[in-house]
Amino acid sequence: MTVRIRVIPCLDVANGRVVKGVNFVELKDAGDPVEQARAYDAAGADELCFLDITASHEARGTLLDIVRRTAEVCFMPLTVGGGVRTVEDARALLLAGADKVAVNSAAVSRPEVVADIAQKMGSQCIVASIDARRRIDPAHPERVAGWEIFTHGGRKPPGIDAVAHAVRLAELGAGELLVTSMDGDGTQAGYDHARPRAIADAVPIPVIASGGVGTLDHLVAGVIEGHASAVLAASIFHFGHHTIAEAQAALRAAGLPARG
Amino acid sequence: MAETLALVDYGAGNLHSVANALRAAGAQGVAITADPNVVRAADRIVLPGVGSFRACAEGLNAIPGLVAAMAERVHVGGAPFLGICVGMQLLADRGVEHGITDGLGWIAGEVRRIEPADATIKIPHMGWNDVAVPHRSDADDLIEVGEAYFLHSYHFVPDDGAAIAAMTDHGGGLVAAVAQGNVVGVQFHPEKSQAYGLALLERFLEWTP
Repeated sequence: MTVRIRVIPCLDVANGRVVKGVNFVELKDAGDPVEQARAYDAAGADELCFLDITASHEARGTLLDIVRRTAEVCFMPLTVGGGVRTVEDARALLLAGADKVAVNSAAVSRPEVVADIAQKMGSQCIVASIDARRRIDPAHPERVAGWEIFTHGGRKPPGIDAVAHAVRLAELGAGELLVTSMDGDGTQAGYDHARPRAIADAVPIPVIASGGVGTLDHLVAGVIEGHASAVLAASIFHFGHHTIAEAQAALRAAGLPARG
Repeated sequence: MAETLALVDYGAGNLHSVANALRAAGAQGVAITADPNVVRAADRIVLPGVGSFRACAEGLNAIPGLVAAMAERVHVGGAPFLGICVGMQLLADRGVEHGITDGLGWIAGEVRRIEPADATIKIPHMGWNDVAVPHRSDADDLIEVGEAYFLHSYHFVPDDGAAIAAMTDHGGGLVAAVAQGNVVGVQFHPEKSQAYGLALLERFLEWTP
């Protein structure tokens, strides 16, 4: 066989607690991150992702402590994102036990940070995260004019084309891309497949598809139609709709390589 | 007396993940160390490594006496040695990542970029993949068939196929483990490979090559 499609549960963390936002606004508290991580490890998740959605300076120590305690009890790859702006931020998370760091806003305002981290710590530890959303032509609101990136938790559109940005991040040394479709995130209405596919086909590195996974079919379509190498989802697992094993089985049933 | 295990600390990143996994696998005396004297006295040695071949080789060579102490303990003392990821690649004669750099030269071969014929194959090779055991090797009782987590863009090409202890497949065959005598190296990350990885580390702690 070949390398398996990865199923990656994502835990949104705010002030040391797991939450899951619906379109980044209404947050529901769903528990202790370390306990959740341990449960996902036992369930055979292929990787785990923590996204610190507060990403405030004050919460940094709390996040590092969570990462440290998770790395003591979980033996799977751990990606941590949220507020990674410098090589020092990345180093602190990696030393605490993260295997990869996800860089988002900083990679938009200062893409060289991706190259900095790649040079110091290696490409394998950088996940360049791209939040993207349909750009509507203001003169023709019914028309989709492209796909642009969003930063700061999806609040400030800098008007950069998502595919061009993805290609740039790969050239700067990102090891993989986490592509979140903001149009679908948290609504469980499914991935926007055309956009991740445009990115996946344009870069040599793996793409993780994220955003709005409501059913197992959405996960499968993210790979078959979106050409993703991995799928990241939160609510579908977190609130017990489906297990990791069911997700992996759905991928296998569709003829894709998956664990289990 | 309990065994001591030297986990070689040369600034190569994921040291604590490896230490955590070794402890979970039952290791008692894990010394995270760059001290040649500790290495020289260790019962077992683990060399981790993430990042580039060049950065890791330079980091290792920057610590006076460390490589010599490892070589003495492994080649003269016979201590079981496990290299992980770039720690496995460093066993080769040389690597080509960011310019040609000498490795330890303990297992003849070269570390080259993965260049699949099929352009849709993604590099890095990232994720869970097979650990297949094609033939008998010096690590027969250590490397078992299973699935492990890989993360690499370069791969070990040994001069002598007999040094191959396991293979995987990503757009073509890639060496997943090498072994020669009491030296074994795994391209994948046992510390990130859940039950498979912890079981491998448990066997390494008992390994008598």
